[in-house]
Order: sequence, then structure tokens, then C-alpha cells
Amino acid sequence: MEIKAGKLVDPCSTQITKTGAWRTFVPVVDHKECIKCNLCEIFCPEGCIHQVSSKDVDALLKYGYKPDQIRSLPKDEILFVPDLNYCKGCSVCAHECPRKAIEMVLEEK
Amino acid sequence: MEKSLLAPGHRACAGCAMPTTVKLVLDAAGPNTIVVSPTSCLEVTTTPFPESAWCVPWIHSLFENAAAVASGVEVMLKRKCKDTNVVVIGGDGSTFDIGMGSNSGMFERGHKILYVCYDNEAYMNTGVQRSGSTPFCAQTTTTPSGSKSLGNPRPKKDMPAIAMAHKVPYVATASVAYPVDLRRKVKAALRVNGPSYIQVNAPCITGWTFDAGTMIEVARLAVETGLWPLAEWVNGELVGVKKVHRAKPVEEYLKSQGRYRHLFKRPEGADILKQIQAMADANIAKYKLAD
Amino acid sequence: MSQKMSSQAYVNKPARSANMKVVEGSYAVAHAVMCCLPDVISAYPITPQTHIVEHLSQMVADGELDSEFLTVDSEFSALSVLVGASAAGARSYSSTTSQGLALMYEVLYNVSGMRLPIVMNVANRALSAPLNIWNDQQDSIGARDVGWLQIYVEDVQEAADATLQAYRIAEDPAIRTPIMVCMDGFILTHVYEPVELLDKELSREFLPPFQPENILDPSDPKTFGAFADPTTYTEFRYLQFEAQQKALGTIEKVAKEFEETFGRYVGGLVDSYRAEDAEIIIVTMGSVIGTIKDAIDAMRAEGKKVGLVKVRSYRPFPVQALREALKDASVIAVLEKDVAIGGEAGLLTDLKAALYNSSIRTPIIGFTAGLGGRDITIKDIRKIVEKADAARKKIESEFEFLDLRMEIL
Repeated sequence: MEIKAGKLVDPCSTQITKTGAWRTFVPVVDHKECIKCNLCEIFCPEGCIHQVSSKDVDALLKYGYKPDQIRSLPKDEILFVPDLNYCKGCSVCAHECPRKAIEMVLEEK
Repeated sequence: MEKSLLAPGHRACAGCAMPTTVKLVLDAAGPNTIVVSPTSCLEVTTTPFPESAWCVPWIHSLFENAAAVASGVEVMLKRKCKDTNVVVIGGDGSTFDIGMGSNSGMFERGHKILYVCYDNEAYMNTGVQRSGSTPFCAQTTTTPSGSKSLGNPRPKKDMPAIAMAHKVPYVATASVAYPVDLRRKVKAALRVNGPSYIQVNAPCITGWTFDAGTMIEVARLAVETGLWPLAEWVNGELVGVKKVHRAKPVEEYLKSQGRYRHLFKRPEGADILKQIQAMADANIAKYKLAD
Repeated sequence: MSQKMSSQAYVNKPARSANMKVVEGSYAVAHAVMCCLPDVISAYPITPQTHIVEHLSQMVADGELDSEFLTVDSEFSALSVLVGASAAGARSYSSTTSQGLALMYEVLYNVSGMRLPIVMNVANRALSAPLNIWNDQQDSIGARDVGWLQIYVEDVQEAADATLQAYRIAEDPAIRTPIMVCMDGFILTHVYEPVELLDKELSREFLPPFQPENILDPSDPKTFGAFADPTTYTEFRYLQFEAQQKALGTIEKVAKEFEETFGRYVGGLVDSYRAEDAEIIIVTMGSVIGTIKDAIDAMRAEGKKVGLVKVRSYRPFPVQALREALKDASVIAVLEKDVAIGGEAGLLTDLKAALYNSSIRTPIIGFTAGLGGRDITIKDIRKIVEKADAARKKIESEFEFLDLRMEIL
């Protein structure tokens, strides 16, 4: 860490802090129910719900999906996926999903 | 939505309305924007040195001078012929109270600045104390319920009216629960060649006491009861409202939060509930929300 | 570091040149600000600095000065506006005094902490309560720890010249610290004196455009003003402290460069008048020096070995320069227009601290006078010299109110 005189800080740098460590409950998305309405992405306070192609394995791994979970995802679709590095488990997405396609599950760590 | 201009990893409470609000404002304003914030939950949670959640240029100076600092930025940008947006995003403590002087000066001088107040109705950063924005009979740590008190004894200060008294050309109320409306209003405000003011209802889990997941629902109820009318004024004239057909009773909104719990426990509360319902009814009539 | 013996060039004022004009002190300062080509000026009225911003506003209105001129809602806003402007890359200016400076107190720390090189003239005035609009230096001396550099000028010429030099010092990338140029209110702001007004072309040569390394700019976004927790706050303060130590050298360097450009030496950390062989040395700041020089001339003619050391740079405090200037005195008398209620007075305390660990064991006595604009006369200076003389044998009083009116107490 370098102390720059005047406290200038580089943009977007909070990304080094993985607030995913805060949560107790983790959102689990039922992608078959999901109608891609975008509301979860809009309302998420962390801005950590992303539209990802089911083929983008790298992104899915980065967001915290395990390989066996990725295998069971619908093929060839745009998915709404929480980035588990940052998700604080607030459950706003689960509450607002009009299809109740998101379930908050107690996370085993 | 484009990639968010507010990065994750910020320290806001899980389920806080403020970062959702900011994301929406920045999405509407775009990357060619400079943001000025007063000391606030927003400032503290987004910029713990050496990190910053802001992907646009951002400056924080003091608690009460965001509008003045923004004025200086705007003047210099104008001098360099840059058409960069200048947006103040601050809480109600700064906007309604300690920053009033600065705000008045900025509005009156006519700077091309959008002032967005995310209104969580108390000084949340310092632990939930009453501000000029705290609604009637809401509990805060400095207006608690007790044998001599039913919570905040004063009505909420009418900041939109104060902005309009300064002839601010565009004034609007908005809510985190109505994101399309909020984004539209931000875009409309940024088209104005002068000051603009948008007050966004932003519920606070810690201060209002409700289950984090219901944050949007709580904000929605404020609108659906008529307590938080969504309105838009251009040059002082009301040009649009969000209609509320069959408004919900205020109890539904008040019951959803711990800060009003005392009204349902104490006998005097019944009368207060009637008074708050009357406020909602007055809004419905004044803004013709039901027509 | 050896003290620059600048007194010769300065005491012997240059012969009246064709460029000298009789102008109001405030006008000379406004003219100097105009020569600095500020981008943004903020103005709020408060006596006795208002004339400075009024002159500037006329210059802008007449098209003589291309600056953004903001009339703001308070002094607090006046400096806050400059925070935003400076962070956006503007060379920024304001002036204030007394209550206005006090109102800005929070912002003063903010500006120096954010390392914004703002220059401000302070037209020194007493602080309320009681309300008093006349000159003393309680306002800026009370703000000596806020992290700004502080220069105290003796006359109008110096006020104007110091303002131009101030931007050079403040904007130096190794310094990047705001500066207050302090001038006695009314005495220097409202007086009419012959002044060599700065030449615009030479000023442009002397002071290059302001080009900070980082500004608020969407093409290279940065966050200004993050909060620093206990693990980093100290280091930020240290960097400011270090910059002020560097400023000791920069202030001298800029004064020399000013002399090369304009042909007169007006600057530096300290100055002296007939102090080389003085036994009794008066140490002070500001316009009272004019009176003291006259008094010294009279007393020298009577055979008294009296001299003056002028502190010009109060922050950073010129420890080495003062040790050098005062090392041969038999007694030192500090005179100042402020008082530290509950202590003694600012300059006195700082000077005693500066000398304590040196080999100088000269007795030092201190006086406050001129508070609330009370005139300091040659009689008062003679009184100081008398008391200083007596103090060589025994200090009767370490610190006192020189001009106390016992009859009304």
C-alpha cells in the first residue's frame, strides 16, 4: 500500500475486499423458473448479479459455481448469476424475484 | 444494465438501499460524471483508504459542503468547456440540515448540478439520530419512545419545496423500489441547464429495523400508502405523479419497521396512527394520486 | 542554514521608478492576484478584506481578468468551492479574515490534508467576542496548526509580491500545501501607499500555469478524500509535516527567483533591521515593523544598541534562521498582536521552543499589544526596550499586556 499525498485512491479498488465472507445465507437460483426479468440485477446492492452465458465456464467458476453445479445448468442460455465473492446474502433478490426462483439457503462453509 | 459504476466490495450493510440507489443513478448518468459526496454512510462505506468503490471520479470534502465543492467543480468544468455531469450524492443529514447553507447557495447560483439525496430519514452513519428528514413519530436514538415521548415530534422538512423556492428548474421525488422511474428522472434532471434535485426514499435496515430482504418491499409500501408520493416538478409546476389506486393503509407500512413499533404497543399510538393516515390522505388529495 | 541578510535590499527601498503607483493596499493585492491568472475566485464579504474581492470583481467585469468569480453564501462555502475547483485543476483564490477564517476552520484542515495548493489572503482582524473589526493577528495565529503555510507581510509591496510567490511555493510538486498570506487588516488593506505593481508579462514568466498531477477527470478517474483508519492516518500527517520542512528551502529559493525576475528581493523566512550588533532585539511580525524601525532609528541615534528581527514565515517556523539571527543578542523582546488565553502568545511560545535546545541562553520576554486594533506607538516600543533592558538583569515579567488601560479596569 502506498500512501499517496492527498489520499488519492484508484477507482473500483474495493473489489479486492471479498464481502462474500459476510453472508450466512446464499442465494440459489432456479434457472428454469427464471424469466430473465433483470430485477435481481437491478436491485442487488452489491451490483454482483451478472448476466452470464451458460457456456462461459470461466466466469461461472469466478463467480463461485462449482464444476458439478456448472454441468447441471441449462445449456445455451443467458443466466442471472450472483457473484459469490461479493454476495452478502441480503436476500433482496429472493424477495423481489417475481417467480420466486431464488431460494436463500443456509450456507455450509 | 451496463457494468455497474459502483464496484462491489464496499462496506454497506447487506441489503442497504443506498448502493442500489447509487448504482441506478450512475447507470443513468454514465461514466462521463464526477460525483461529490458529503460525509455519510455512502462516503464511509465506499472509500476506506486505500480502496474505493467508485469507478467515476469522486471527491469527498466535509459533511456540510458537498454542494459548495460541487459548485467549484462545475465552474472549472465549464471553464474548460467540458460537458461532464456533476452529481452530488448525499444523505439526508447533510442535505436537510448541516448542508442547507451550501445547498441554498448552489441552488441560488444556478449551477448545472444534479443533487441526489438518498433519504434514509436519519443520521445513519453516526448511529441513527434524528435529522430534519425524520418523519413524524419515528424513533431514533435521539427521539426514542419513552414515557415522555412518542418519537420524533416534528413533521418531515419539505426539501423539494425548499429547492423549488430557489427556482430549481427540476425537482423530483423517487424511490429505490421504482428503478425505471428513478433512472428516467436522473436523465431528465441531467438535461436541465441548471440545478436539479431528486430525493430518493432509501430504507435503512439498521436504522428502521426490518428484515434486510424486505428492503424494496418497505420502500414500495411507502409509495403505495401515499406517504412517499413520487412526483415531478418542472419550473415549480407539478408535471407528473405516480398514481396510487386503492392506497394501502399506512399501518402496513409502519408495521413493517421497528422504528414505529411503539405506535402499536402504546395506547397513545392509535391517535398517532390516525394522524399519519391523515398525512397520507392529504398527500393523495394534494397530488391527486388516486384519480 | 545561514540567514539571508535581505534587510539591505529591502530597507533601502528602490528609487521611485516609473512603475510605482499610489494605490490602496487591497488594490495592490487584487492586482497581484490578477497577475497570477487564477481560474476560480470565490468571494464573501467581511471587513476589512472585502475591497480585495471587490477590486477583483471589477477586473473580471471589465474583462481585465478572465476568472470564474463566484459570490458564495458564506466563507465556509467560499473555501469549499475552491476545494472542488482545485481538485478539478483550477488555480484558486479567496480572501478572508477573522470570523470568516474561523468559520472556515474545518475546511482549512480539509484543504491542507487534501494537499490542494490554494492561496488565500487573510486581512488580519480581531475575533469576536467582543465583536471588533480592527486589526490584530489572533485569527491566523489561532490557525497556525491547520497545516497551511503562513507568511506575515510588513507592507503593501510585500503583500502583493508575497501573493505571487505564494502560488509558486504552494504549487511546487514537492510542497503542494496551501498558503495564507497574512496582512494587517485596515492598516495594510485600506492604506494608500506607493507600490510597484507587478508586471503581467514578468508574472507569467515567473509563475507557470497550474498543472497538477491528478485531477477529477472521467478519462482518468480518481477518488479524492477517502477516509484513513489508524493504520494510515499518521503517515498522511507526516507527509504534510515533511512538506512544510521542505518549504523552508522553497520559500528562500522562490524569493531569490523573484529577485532575478523582478529586480527586488522581497521574501524569505526572516528579515532583520540593524540587528547585527544589537544587544536588545525585538522580534515581531506584520505592519508594526514600520513603527519599530522608526523607533529603532531614534534610539540608535541616542546610542542604544537596538535591532529588529522580523519573522516572515511563521509556518514553517524558521528555527535555524532565528537561532542564527538571535545568537548574539543580550535580551530578546517578542511583540505580537495576539494572545493565547491560558498560555502566553503564539510567536513567543514558538520562539522560546525554537531556542530552548540551542546554546542560546538569552532572556526572552514577551508582550501582547494592539489587540482589537489598538494603535502601537513609538512610545510603546520605547517601553518595550526599557523593559527588555531591565530584563537583562532580572526578568520581572515573562509575558504581559503592554498597552493595558488600567484606568478602565
